[in-house]
Amino acid sequence: MAVSNNGKSKIIVGMASCGIAAGAQEVFDSLAKHIAEMKLDVELTKTGCIGACYREPLIEIKTAQIPSVIYGDMTVKRVKQLLEQHLVNGQIISEWAVVGEGIQTSEQDLFENQRRIVLRNAGEINPENIHDYVERDGYKAIQKVLKDFKAEDVIAEIKNSGIRGRGGAGFSTGLKWQFARQSESNEKYIICNGDEGDPGAFMDRSIMEGDPHSVLEGMLIAGYAIGAQQGIIYVRAEYPLAVHRLEIAIQQARERGFLGKKILGSKFSFNIILKLGAGAFVCGEETALIASVEGKRGMPRLRPPFPAVRGLWDKPTNINNVETYANIPWIILKGAKEFASLGTEKSKGTKVFALAGKIKRGGMVEVPMGMSLRDVIYKIGGGIKDDKEFKAVQLGGPSGGCVPESLLDTPVDYDSLTKTGAIMGSGGMVVMDDRTCMVDVSKFFLKFTQEESCGKCTFCRIGTKRMLEILERITEGKGQPEDIEKLESLAEYIKQGSLCGLGQTAPNPVLTTIQYFREEYEAHIHQKKCPAKSCRELIEYRVIPDNCTGCMLCARVCPVDAISGAKKEIHYIDPEICTHCGACYDACKFDAIDILTGVLEDEAKTA
Amino acid sequence: MEASPVENLDTFDKRPLLKILKKYAKKKGILIPLLQETQKIYGYLPRLALVQISEATNTDISQVYGVATFYAQFRLAPVGKHLIRVCHGTACHVSGATRITEVCEEEFDIKDGETSKDLKFTLESVACLGCCSLAPVMTVDDNTYGRLTDREVRKVVEKLKK
Ligand SMILES: Cc1cc2nc3c(=O)[nH]c(=O)nc-3n(C[C@H](O)[C@H](O)[C@H](O)COP(=O)(O)O)c2cc1C
Ligand code: FES
Repeated sequence: MAVSNNGKSKIIVGMASCGIAAGAQEVFDSLAKHIAEMKLDVELTKTGCIGACYREPLIEIKTAQIPSVIYGDMTVKRVKQLLEQHLVNGQIISEWAVVGEGIQTSEQDLFENQRRIVLRNAGEINPENIHDYVERDGYKAIQKVLKDFKAEDVIAEIKNSGIRGRGGAGFSTGLKWQFARQSESNEKYIICNGDEGDPGAFMDRSIMEGDPHSVLEGMLIAGYAIGAQQGIIYVRAEYPLAVHRLEIAIQQARERGFLGKKILGSKFSFNIILKLGAGAFVCGEETALIASVEGKRGMPRLRPPFPAVRGLWDKPTNINNVETYANIPWIILKGAKEFASLGTEKSKGTKVFALAGKIKRGGMVEVPMGMSLRDVIYKIGGGIKDDKEFKAVQLGGPSGGCVPESLLDTPVDYDSLTKTGAIMGSGGMVVMDDRTCMVDVSKFFLKFTQEESCGKCTFCRIGTKRMLEILERITEGKGQPEDIEKLESLAEYIKQGSLCGLGQTAPNPVLTTIQYFREEYEAHIHQKKCPAKSCRELIEYRVIPDNCTGCMLCARVCPVDAISGAKKEIHYIDPEICTHCGACYDACKFDAIDILTGVLEDEAKTA
Repeated sequence: MEASPVENLDTFDKRPLLKILKKYAKKKGILIPLLQETQKIYGYLPRLALVQISEATNTDISQVYGVATFYAQFRLAPVGKHLIRVCHGTACHVSGATRITEVCEEEFDIKDGETSKDLKFTLESVACLGCCSLAPVMTVDDNTYGRLTDREVRKVVEKLKK
């Protein structure tokens, strides 16, 4: 039976990388099969990241009677029932729904506190069909620019909007364009930085996968403003789907005359090509990125000259982040004033964050600048997973820092976040709970930057290695009393002695954790304790006799056979064999495994 | 540079490589895409291919080698038939990625970064696959698996070993 409707019913499946990883393709195929079998009159289509990644796979159903319901945790098994109930009978299955017009769910507030500019099309359009983008005012901004704006007008508009670069440093985009405009040359380049190196961030991936044309259009407008004919998008090697969708988008934009020679009958010609990264974090740095595009080892060079003066092939080059470009068409269409009305005095507009880690509702969110971290994490993110205790939130990845509970009321804007010792960064926000060891986190980031240092500057190359060694010995219970001071002084040297942002900011995660969680470092060093019970060398697994039912589950999962005990007998973990992997702890259904820290020391003292 | 046993002037089929070289001839800044396409064909960068690229593009072999060793994507030794990559980005790290790698090491009986002797499996760590909200995450060839636990990993491995 077909649904009686005026407008046709529509089912939209979220098919970004994360959705597909969670099984969206299978759900899509199953929907297609059942729709055909049931002869339903419904359009099945796909979209990018809808944002509520914690409930992937997600689908949205729109019918004439029920404007919109987003269902989460979709599985192939649920498809038939959902179609029958929602489409045929017109009943919402509220237990499966994430949000929907006219229904109440516990997650209703997820989108209410957001303001979507960059993500204006996320979850709304099929990124592989230019038609969808055009229908939502796509390529109207470039048309407006070509018709009514001189290059200087575009730059003035972008300047007036107050937008600052979303790639990390937060430099004024309008000023940057102006510099590139002022550089005399008949050959100039526009580069889009899609390297997204922060390991724990996925905003740029989601934008490229979900709304590629908005990035292309932003680049077009930049090209017009600075007088460039060629654009290059540098995409991370690990993002095959983003590459695929960008390729399709470029092709379709060419066919429609939005890219190529004499665009839309004007004198302006512009082309865009893709360049794939090859796995080097430092290539996110603009001068290293340019070296990489030129086919060289991605080593940063001293600035000035800035790329706006001497960039790719020594020509003036404007380089911006993916999210920065995605904002541009909106600013042109709605006006600088409207954009500048959002945010704080010095940070205008919105910011997209990738919420991840120990948070209930991990996903892509976009909020006006100036919202407090607390609101982002609790109001939108729903708080901490399993209702554990919040410990810290990491912002800005390897260049950023960890912000503790006491500073959660800090507004998200460039300057306030910098004051905490963290940075706005590109938008990765990883939430940590009481089981995350802050010394381990700082070791994690330093290991990353140490491996990714290009090796050009001695302090960055060797200094980070020395710091890493110290952090390693602290987490292994071999820390020495003067280690914290050593870390701090090395950090200072590395900051001062490095040429690019990688080295200059590499010590930040260590410094902020020392600043806010010093007692945790001290516990490791002096008491050989890991308060978070996470550092393996400092913990001990024990069976709690009162809780153990002798079910043998832990003994079965133990990879090294360290657990003994017959059925229905209390088990025993042999500390000599145990490698502290935690498999028993995760497997036990009776809370019968305890993690102790510093016991060996304590027992030695009392013995 | 270590030469692999399968590398031998007589058996090295350079025809596909010549095709790519032709496609990129006379373009600038093409070294990285060239290496990427070469790796796509051979699964890694055979020494003979590097030499060929150096000659065809008039680039010093040291420079070609320099680029090939700078970027994590390039390999100078063959990989297993199946490539298993465990994410060790921030989100995955705090969600237990260390354990995921350990389980893979146990199951495949190789260490992180190694290839099994029968050339069936290669195990690697990567920094962020961009699916952080599904952490911990791993990929097997083109498939991504998220929200992993010990058991989930073993299930994936079992399927793969069949
Ligand atoms: C080590 C390092 C890594 C960086 N990685 C990125 C990145 O992945 N993406 C990005 O847009 N900018 C990155 N940047 C910043 C760029 O150098 C550059 O400032 C930015 O792309 C400019 O764009 P915006 O003004 O729009 O922010 C990185 C900088 C450093 C020092
Ligand atoms: S941290 Fe693992 S996917 Fe991003």
